Amino acid sequence: MVGNADLFVNWSRKSSLWYLLFATACCGIELMQAGASRYDMDRFGAVFRATPRQSDLMLVAGTITHKMADRVKRLYDQMPEPKYVISMGSCANTGGPFYKDSYCVVKGVDLLIPVDVYIPGCPPRPEALIDGIMSLQKIIMRKKNFGAKA
Amino acid sequence: MEAQVLFDTLKGKFGDAVVELQGEGCSPAFVVVAPASVQEIARFLRDDPALSFDSLMCLSGVDYKEKFAVAYHLHSMKHRHAIGLKVMLPRENPSLPTVDDVWPAANFHEREAFDLFGIVFEGSKDLRRILLPEDWEGHPLRKDYKYPDFYHGIKV
Amino acid sequence: MTIRTDALPTQEMTINMGPQHPSTHGVLRVILTTDGEVVTRAVPDMGYLHRGLEKIGERVTYAQYMPFTDRLDYLAAMNCNCAWAWTVEKLAKIEVPARAEYLRVIVCELNRISSHLIAFGSYTADMGAFTPFLYAIRERERVNDLFEMLCGNRLTYNYARVGGVSGDAPPGFLEKTKEFLDYFEPKLDEYNNLISYNKIFVHRLANVAVISAEEAVAYGLTGPNLRGSGVPFDLRKDEPYSVYPKFDFKVCVGTGERGTLGDCFDRYMVRINEMRESVKIVRQAVAQIPDGPVRAKVPRLFKPPVGEAYFRSECPRGETGIYLISDGTVNPLRLKIRTGSFVTMNIFEKVTRGLMIADVVAVIGSFDIILPEIDR
Repeated sequence: MVGNADLFVNWSRKSSLWYLLFATACCGIELMQAGASRYDMDRFGAVFRATPRQSDLMLVAGTITHKMADRVKRLYDQMPEPKYVISMGSCANTGGPFYKDSYCVVKGVDLLIPVDVYIPGCPPRPEALIDGIMSLQKIIMRKKNFGAKA
Repeated sequence: MEAQVLFDTLKGKFGDAVVELQGEGCSPAFVVVAPASVQEIARFLRDDPALSFDSLMCLSGVDYKEKFAVAYHLHSMKHRHAIGLKVMLPRENPSLPTVDDVWPAANFHEREAFDLFGIVFEGSKDLRRILLPEDWEGHPLRKDYKYPDFYHGIKV
Repeated sequence: MTIRTDALPTQEMTINMGPQHPSTHGVLRVILTTDGEVVTRAVPDMGYLHRGLEKIGERVTYAQYMPFTDRLDYLAAMNCNCAWAWTVEKLAKIEVPARAEYLRVIVCELNRISSHLIAFGSYTADMGAFTPFLYAIRERERVNDLFEMLCGNRLTYNYARVGGVSGDAPPGFLEKTKEFLDYFEPKLDEYNNLISYNKIFVHRLANVAVISAEEAVAYGLTGPNLRGSGVPFDLRKDEPYSVYPKFDFKVCVGTGERGTLGDCFDRYMVRINEMRESVKIVRQAVAQIPDGPVRAKVPRLFKPPVGEAYFRSECPRGETGIYLISDGTVNPLRLKIRTGSFVTMNIFEKVTRGLMIADVVAVIGSFDIILPEIDR
């Protein structure tokens, strides 16, 4: 009975992941192109929202600099639960090509907020992004929402 | 207009304020001038009908290890010629008059030179950091800049 | 503080158009001080994408810097790659084979088309019409396919090299390019009929943020922003570089057809017309391209002679000027990149005084700025 409730809730959450349109740099263009007609992300139920208050998923696409770091944290805090974060591209994973020599790039967005899925690539192809979203969907299906906590 | 002709015109008008012409290996050639006279030379370059350098292409700070410099690249829409202007500055307290009342395009470039090098442009209507956060310490593009360890608790 | 005392006493508000915003084309923050809906002051706050590209340039070699130029303006990455290659070649006086120059011009103009498509698509999306954005991305995907055939990547190409290009065009590339041009040219008329002269669109753009020719030159505007104000200056025609003198094309200038000369509509129309001219250039390049090598011999640890060079090239967003100082070692001494978008933001505060908040969005879209160009 509880298992079915879990299944239902997880299925409904994974089928309508509304993502925050948060594109800092080049990965943002691949994000836009993934949301457009050829690699349609809408078929997964994922539409973009302009405000964090209405989104479940934050796709951090692009380089995060120190000046932007506070704002990323604030945007994450403004999202209502349950929320998920996908780190898209090398810059968001580890700082990207700016890892070695740049003085103002945060070396990975996971220094600021907890990340669920990392998508490698510079920039990742839209197919890779969709694969990342499907991995997130698998993670969501495994979550337990009701019943005794272990 | 040839760089040598321009240099001679400027030398004739401003005398010792015009220091030298760097033509070898530099494209476009640079006329090196003294810091204090940069504003009046800029105004002359813009207003003189034979020169009419009405467009400032680029203004950059440079760190030549022993000293600083500010390089101006000028272009004329009317005569379609280009020249460079350079000002050499000492490493301690580099400062020179602003040219943003001659070419309004200079404002953002000067703010960037201030932000990344620490060069002060006297008389500028707005000289604040532009690219780095307001509370950043140091001027990164200097050759002796040491990268900070932490900024607001995050490892740099 | 009371602004208007005639009808209703009002107060100024400070609104933050924050770094995360769907219409600011990136992470640009605008601090608006408004009296009701009318903006009294709009101050741009930049630097949210400052990655220190100029400092990185001093720590890597000339060849290693090429991938970083991709990230400088990622919508026109080929133009930035080629600008860097041309600058280093100007400094070191390297002769580039003719086939490489033709390939560079073909990819630069194709990239200009795809960059202007995104400018067109996102501008109409900002104005409220979402469908042209999807059409623009559809055409852009076809250009991406061409580039993928050529160099393997869809966005950050790293195609140009100092001395040429990284690889020759594979068999079938030139035919596919011609097919794309034949398919794309009638589409521009279709998009014009769809949105450009739509009454609402014209109403939102005409007579907004008029910039006169003298102002545009004094504030350092370049590219379509300058030509939208009626100044017929295009680096490809006036200071030609590479093989541009061999092609026949028009310089597109704003005409004030639906409002005043120098308003947002003119800048938008210049971009649409430039796409047409780019199609013409690519057609001629594909017809004239010679055979031959695509890369000159350049030593692996390349040390150019001591000197300074400034090279300007016409990128879709304006003039990209690279000021390069070499001290004879493998790393540059100083590398300054002057981009069209950075200098365009100079005039932003002046031009947005007295506009409505919605017009601020129209102004940002008409300038076609992109944040990594501003912040580097």
